[in-house]
Amino acid sequence: MLNSSLKELAAMLAGKQISSVELAGEFLRRIKALNPVYNAFVTLAEEETLKQAQAADEMIAAGRGQPLTGVPVAHKDIFCANGWRTTAGSRMLGNFVAPYDAHVIERFRQAGTVNLGKTNMDEFAMGSSNENSHFGPVKNPWDVRAVPGGSSGGSACAVAARMAPAATGTDTGGSIRQPAALTGISGIKPTYGLVSRYGMVAFASSLDQGGPMAKSAEDLSLLLNVMVGFDPRDSTSLQREAEDYGRDLERPLAGLRIGLPREYFAAGLSTDVERAVQAAIGEYRRLGAQTVEVTLPNTRLSIPVYYVLAPAEASSNLSRYDGVRYGYRAPEYRDLADMYQKSRAQGFGPEVKRRIMIGTYVLSHGYYDAYYLQAQKLRRLIARDFSEAFKHCDVIMGPTSPTTAFNLGEKSSDPVQMYLSDIYTIAVNLAGLPGMSIPAGVGDDGRPVGLQIIGNYFSEAKMLNVAHRYQQATDWHARMPEGAKAGG
Amino acid sequence: MSLTLEDVRRIAHLARIAVDENEAADYLRQLSGIFSLIEEMQSVDTTGIEPMSHAQDVWLRLREDEVTEPDRHESFQSVAPQVEAGLYLVPKVME
Amino acid sequence: MQWEVVVGLEVHAQLSTRSKMFSAASTAYGAAPNTQACAVDIALPGVLPVANRGAVERAIKFGLAVGGAINRRSVFARKNYFYPDLPKGYQISQYEIPVVSRGSVVIQVGEREKTIRLTRAHLEEDAGKSLHEDFHGMTGIDLNRAGTPLLEIVSEPEMRGSAEAVAYAKALHSLVRYLDICDGNMQEGSFRCDANVSVRPLGSDQLGTRCEIKNLNSFRFLERAIEFEAARQIAVLEDGGVIRQETRLYDSDKDETRSMRSKEEAHDYRYFPDPDLLPLQISDAWVAEVYATLPELPQAKRERFVAEFGLSAYDAGVLTASREMADYFEAVVKALGGEPKLCANWVMGDLSGILNKEGLAIGESRIGSARLAGLLRRIVDGTISGKIAKEVFEAMWGGVGEADAIIDAKGLRQISDASEIENILDQIIAANPSQVAEYRAGKDKLFGFFVGQAMKATKGKANPAQVNEILKRKLAG
Repeated sequence: MLNSSLKELAAMLAGKQISSVELAGEFLRRIKALNPVYNAFVTLAEEETLKQAQAADEMIAAGRGQPLTGVPVAHKDIFCANGWRTTAGSRMLGNFVAPYDAHVIERFRQAGTVNLGKTNMDEFAMGSSNENSHFGPVKNPWDVRAVPGGSSGGSACAVAARMAPAATGTDTGGSIRQPAALTGISGIKPTYGLVSRYGMVAFASSLDQGGPMAKSAEDLSLLLNVMVGFDPRDSTSLQREAEDYGRDLERPLAGLRIGLPREYFAAGLSTDVERAVQAAIGEYRRLGAQTVEVTLPNTRLSIPVYYVLAPAEASSNLSRYDGVRYGYRAPEYRDLADMYQKSRAQGFGPEVKRRIMIGTYVLSHGYYDAYYLQAQKLRRLIARDFSEAFKHCDVIMGPTSPTTAFNLGEKSSDPVQMYLSDIYTIAVNLAGLPGMSIPAGVGDDGRPVGLQIIGNYFSEAKMLNVAHRYQQATDWHARMPEGAKAGG
Repeated sequence: MSLTLEDVRRIAHLARIAVDENEAADYLRQLSGIFSLIEEMQSVDTTGIEPMSHAQDVWLRLREDEVTEPDRHESFQSVAPQVEAGLYLVPKVME
Repeated sequence: MQWEVVVGLEVHAQLSTRSKMFSAASTAYGAAPNTQACAVDIALPGVLPVANRGAVERAIKFGLAVGGAINRRSVFARKNYFYPDLPKGYQISQYEIPVVSRGSVVIQVGEREKTIRLTRAHLEEDAGKSLHEDFHGMTGIDLNRAGTPLLEIVSEPEMRGSAEAVAYAKALHSLVRYLDICDGNMQEGSFRCDANVSVRPLGSDQLGTRCEIKNLNSFRFLERAIEFEAARQIAVLEDGGVIRQETRLYDSDKDETRSMRSKEEAHDYRYFPDPDLLPLQISDAWVAEVYATLPELPQAKRERFVAEFGLSAYDAGVLTASREMADYFEAVVKALGGEPKLCANWVMGDLSGILNKEGLAIGESRIGSARLAGLLRRIVDGTISGKIAKEVFEAMWGGVGEADAIIDAKGLRQISDASEIENILDQIIAANPSQVAEYRAGKDKLFGFFVGQAMKATKGKANPAQVNEILKRKLAG
């Protein structure tokens, strides 16, 4: 059951081989056994979870079940869920009980899935290691000395350690793909605008996008069918006809043109990751695909551009945390100004404060043109690189991360080193393109390597097809970390 | 460009984040490192390039002028730090 | 030295939408605190803005009415600052590209007309309110107003002194009400002015350093604040001092402006395009659609009243100050079938007088246009004199009934029977021989005495024209 696909779980539920209550109970039991080690979950609400499972069982019994009815799903603690504490990994929201559902949560509720709990994350989704959580770091199930990646590290760990069959994540600069890569699972960030941001605690509005994390591309397609949908409450939500993201899963790959960006295989990429990625590409050739070299010449600029734009938006998005209407208020203060400054100084962690400072600076008087405006112009050049490349290929492939999972504490004292590890994922967010990561081998240290697949706008079904065929030919995605087996 | 302690204090004030002297020195060191990374942007000539604010080239969707939100202040204020008579309380605002 | 006072105004007009600029909460005034502040208005984590079509439409209407350019693409931007009544820590406004650029408003100062150019008009959201009554030494925050749509209308610094500034503010106030885009209720804060005031030596073409006086919510305060501030600046300069650019507050109790210390720190609003909102597109078709709904505007109406009704520019200005008054006036003229000057005098005189006295708007008048026309008809056909008409008007206001019924019941019908008037005059002449003799000896002024006697004898009912004519003949005899 731990390795069952979502389709298999749904079939078991529909066939009454297991009830949703039993299924949720089993995963809750595993969470309780494993979470003390991994710290993947920050909030559980067992009673509510079982109540939802009970309701799902009733739906199934009444013949009103949908494809995922009764399946437990863990949610990144960035999605507001009515009545659930929603912290975004921050002390600032340590006591915040959301009074409403995010659109994503609403859609999962309507699909009959069961909320298994809220997963740990880097504070306000700012980080690549999950060390920036107020609730402590998450451990990588493949090696507890290693980070699980971030910012959706709790979700990645929960799926990798089989504490949840699937989870939601958000990706602003790689926060779904990088932890998926580092924990050996699959994750997809859809085209910007497909998943509503309503109810998702904002980090950088023009880049944030929710997406699913699971064991396989097939699972992702089912989850995407639930998550994607127009939402009138998000002005950037796109109005498009609904599609079945699993419709092309089985399509053969003969004739597929895979673009390999020269810049993604250059200095900085560790040799073991490159070896694994090349092996995966070799597998694609065997499956009938052709490879073509493409170029994304502005790749190196994506990091500076991102570290101007994302902090700028964040500095403004996080101004609402002032200790007035909700959230943390410092216990002692002299006056209003002091209350603001102390509440924010104490409520936010160091990385969040650093980014607020960067963002405030680049927007401030006299610096806007040199930083913010220049970054927006470069953003266009970066997006153009991709549209040029897609004239020559159907999907782009490369590593998700330059290395396998690094050790806890290894980069946490040097923000610049940490930022550089996002080199292959960031440009995708800047362009608004869909990107995914699937497991493709292990590094010299035995830790997972992720293969990144980047598609053109709205080509999620194609990407899932590409990923699925690989997963049928290989078993990297089915491997389970030793530690997870300890959960019984 | 080189950041100064004065810049750090100014930014911290604009962002309403209390920063003591030791922290200011730390920020100066860290932010200077980050800005040396960011400075790479300045080497590119972007004359004539239209700034990109959004990933999708679409127009704003407008809402019809209808009232659909009910009064939920009790639920909203149940998580507020300090409330009285339906008002959020803050230290005295001086005009 | 002679000084010139230079004023530019920023007017915030609350748009009369049902729901807010970026949320579906109600904009109704006066609700219990925070009962109209929804999740978006209180900026809960994760909420997002969605712009209100009705607000954009009102902005287009305004832009067309002032002859401005409606920008086919405009951009919402965030203005970042911390204040407890600003829940998001930023206000969504428009910065680089507003919805309306340029345009102008014609103002009347006495008999003189002047065109004031507008810089821009942009959409933004209002903040909440800080209530300073004592809550154990704390301030209470009510966010009901937060998110209410505002049109900020910015003028060029083209007013010279308080009179022009007030005339401009009144013209804008009248315009937004004509357009039905703002209720104009100044007590409730629906129409607020910030004045940028500077002074310079007369004849100079350089602008002096300006001070901004915030939140003037009556025309009188606007006038007083500008006058105080100009005098203050002149005094500083004549003393050899310099004016510091700053934000000041007008204290109506003390009738003075003073520096707002809390806002003295350098502002750095860090404007940038709001990533939650896409560019606002206004199509030609939409502009055309809105254009078709524009009513006749005050300026055009004023000109038409002069041309069509032969009114003075002043009277036309008074009558067109509000759309309701202009409509009332036109309805009276129409019902009466002419006599616009008589109608104008009555609407601006007795009717406006009693409305002012009772604090009523013209829409609340106890005498509707048709009933007033009924009264005026009796003046025109000679049934009653203008003086008697005032008495009838008062009775009508008091709810006694229609003009004709009152005239009959009180026997106020004018005496127009020549033989009856002759009889009365004969008696007066006979009773006042010495005055007759004096008159005939050349003391013309006594003519009025005889008229007065005739009116007294008839309780004012004698037809004045007939009295004049017959009396002249008899006294000449």
